[in-house]
Amino acid sequence: MANTTTAHTHDDHDHKPHGLKRWLFATNHKDIGTMYLVFACVLFFLGGAMALVIRAELFQPGLQFVDPGFFNSMTTMHALLMIFGAVMPAWTGLANWMVPMQIGAPDMALPRLNNFSFWLLPFAFTLLLLTLFVPGGAPAGGWTLYPPLSLQAGDSFPLTIFAIHLMGISSILGAINVVVTIMNMRAPGMGLLNMPLFCWTWLITAYLLIAVMPVLAGAVTMLLTDHFFGTSFFTASGGGDPVMFQHIFWFFGHPEVYILILPAFGVVSEIIPTFSRKPLFGYESMVYASASIAFLSFIVWAHHMFTVGMPLAGQLFFMLSTMLIAVPTGVKVFNWCATMWKGSISFETPMLFSLAFLFLFTIGGLSGLMLAIVPADFQYHDSYFVVAHFHYVLVPGAVFAIMAGVYYWLPKWSGRMYNEKIGKLHFWLSTIGVNVLFFPQHFLGLAGMPRRIPDYSTQFADWNMVSSVGAFIFGFSQLLFVYVVWNAVRSGEKAPQRPWESARGLDWELPTPAPYHSWETPPSRDVVAHGTVQH
Amino acid sequence: MSRQIRHVLSSAAAALVAALAPLAAHAEWGNLNMPVGVTELSKQIYSLHMTIFWWCVAIGVFVFGWMIWSLVAFRKSKGAVADTSITHSTKAEIVWTLIPVVILVIMAIPAARTLIAIEDTRNTELSIKVTGYQWKWHYDYLGEDVKFFSALERTSDETRQLQSGLDPNAVPEYLRDVDKPLVVPEDTKVRLLLTAQDVIHAWWVPQFGMKKDAIPGVVNELWFKVDAGKTGIYRGQCAELCGRDHGFMPIVVKVVTKEEYKAWVAAQQTDGANEAAPAVNAAPTVASIATAAPQG
Ligand code: HEM
Ligand SMILES: [Cu+2]
Ligand SMILES: [Cu+2]
Repeated sequence: MANTTTAHTHDDHDHKPHGLKRWLFATNHKDIGTMYLVFACVLFFLGGAMALVIRAELFQPGLQFVDPGFFNSMTTMHALLMIFGAVMPAWTGLANWMVPMQIGAPDMALPRLNNFSFWLLPFAFTLLLLTLFVPGGAPAGGWTLYPPLSLQAGDSFPLTIFAIHLMGISSILGAINVVVTIMNMRAPGMGLLNMPLFCWTWLITAYLLIAVMPVLAGAVTMLLTDHFFGTSFFTASGGGDPVMFQHIFWFFGHPEVYILILPAFGVVSEIIPTFSRKPLFGYESMVYASASIAFLSFIVWAHHMFTVGMPLAGQLFFMLSTMLIAVPTGVKVFNWCATMWKGSISFETPMLFSLAFLFLFTIGGLSGLMLAIVPADFQYHDSYFVVAHFHYVLVPGAVFAIMAGVYYWLPKWSGRMYNEKIGKLHFWLSTIGVNVLFFPQHFLGLAGMPRRIPDYSTQFADWNMVSSVGAFIFGFSQLLFVYVVWNAVRSGEKAPQRPWESARGLDWELPTPAPYHSWETPPSRDVVAHGTVQH
Repeated sequence: MSRQIRHVLSSAAAALVAALAPLAAHAEWGNLNMPVGVTELSKQIYSLHMTIFWWCVAIGVFVFGWMIWSLVAFRKSKGAVADTSITHSTKAEIVWTLIPVVILVIMAIPAARTLIAIEDTRNTELSIKVTGYQWKWHYDYLGEDVKFFSALERTSDETRQLQSGLDPNAVPEYLRDVDKPLVVPEDTKVRLLLTAQDVIHAWWVPQFGMKKDAIPGVVNELWFKVDAGKTGIYRGQCAELCGRDHGFMPIVVKVVTKEEYKAWVAAQQTDGANEAAPAVNAAPTVASIATAAPQG
């Protein structure tokens, strides 16, 4: 292997271990990436099943299926599974696959750490899922874990916190790996400002993770000691303050929402140029916009808690800083529009998902702008309007971008094309489903329906029914996704070296399927120059 | 946005709603927007909400228009050829950074003004201490010796039990009625002092425009002044997850004339209907036993 001169002549017959060992002891970025993605997919379906329990119960007024306590467990577990089990691991999986390929490296910088950070996850989520079977049931205080309510949990409490610690460690290690890889393993000639945006947004995400996951760990540890060791960080009767938890939580929580969405910005910033057959508009301003979003995300946290009773000056500050975050977000949206302007656009599945992202994420951004207006937020807060907002940014936002990325790179990964017809069917069902599911929730929230309730008065019946129908359409159409991917990997047509003719980036300079040790020798400067995104 | 456009858009929306309305027997499809409400603040909040909404519509029309235009005009299938020389334009980027900033400043000013009004709790005429419990509210009219619990009314409570077999549609005001409502006078600046006994709750009546958390160990303030002539019943419910029966702690406020209010207070003080013990670990009222019992 060592004497192959360029990766182009390199073939796929590597000395990889076989069977279970290949996965248990995996150090290869592609194997680990695959495990992350499969794991995310499994958790996506588990979390999705819980969402369907919620929507089935909310299909009509009255309690038909589940006890209110279990309902609360479902909302809590659904969120924890989707955020920490589906979206975050999916992004780490994509980073594992793509970062080395895109910067011209053979692998991630820290392969054993990589193995460890993945294998923490199955343990973390086994612990979390076990809580469904312990006395007192799974955690039911919301994913935000606000005390004193979260302290009322039964035996699930320590398990949940330990699980969150494991997830946090896993995320931090994954993030360190990305930073070290990008900082040290770029091919000669690949400057930071030559990197594809996916690497850029992931680099920024990694710093956010390193900064805020320890904060979450601190917050839940304080909960733990409040519960078991007689401290009263958050217990008013002991001199503590339950509001302090919310400040600490959201100091983690708001950057966390950008951890979920920044890599999506990266993926979309690669797909839209490819299918518009034009370079990304304003590459540098995209980088700076991402960085400013990341910075601002540290100073807006209290917009999640306007109703806790903050001083006027505090409310004004957080209102203004939150509004400010819409500016770089706007820059991104405008740049994507400008990328399509005077392009030559075609509509393959990855592009369709990216376009849905563009439209529907914008809707979520606009409702975010509305939420930033504090007096109006006194009405919106903790209502279904907020539920609609964050699902618009997270489902057709983060989740669609992940799927767009999978459709986009699958040919490069597997060497095979997916079935475009089924891909498109999946797209249309998902897009229709997601809107039927979430758009009416704006109406419900404005009409006064609070979030996290298992039953509602009859005035909310109609739109809830519509929303539930949308949920089932959306949920079941995701099975198509699994089918398309499975089908492609098994028996798809052979993919050419550059399946999308105007795709740019070193990832596309590799042969198809990408060799096991991506760039065993760094690409030459010519290849790098040809492969850079601005080319 | 000009008044005229607003008018056209809102009548278009109204027409759409009217067209959809017959779809449902009980026509709740039309419940699409925030209520204007019946207080000074709620109306200001509503107008902020509508202003920012129309700004969002305007931005949406622009952005979506741009996207759709591109998707239609620059299709490869129609022979579009990409102009790869367009890679950036500092001028354009400055423009679309500055215009949003201007819009935000325009929005921030009235928002700040309303916020200042919301925080101004001076000159209140009536103060009521509101305490959230799992899962009922306790109201204490400060200085009046009137205090009582307010919990989900009985028929709703029976109907909402898992697989009760009872039809929620047959219950008037399903989940929105309490055994004993809060009574306040119209045209009076009422200040609520919110706190909680166990976990965090939030007091929300959409028609009053506001919600605020009720937090153990903290006393929050919220004020409202119901417009003269707006007597009637206003409903809301707890808006912060507070455990198993979070969905079942409604709020009902009965707004009466000042005279009726005086008479009501006097009646409360004589008929002994309100409980004697202070809020903490108070013996539950008959009504709250009724609601608590089926919870096991
Ligand atoms: C234009 C940018 C955005 C603005 C101005 C914005 C603003 C807000 C505000 C003010 C809230 C709190 C609402 C309330 O609880 O009363 C909120 C909630 C939320 N936002 Fe955003 N947001 C934006 C973008 C995003 C993005 C990109 C994501 C994630 C991908 C996101 C995810 C969430 C989530 C998960 C919540 C609710 C968390 C919870 O209470 O459980 N937002 N947003
Ligand atoms: Cu936030
Ligand atoms: Cu509650």
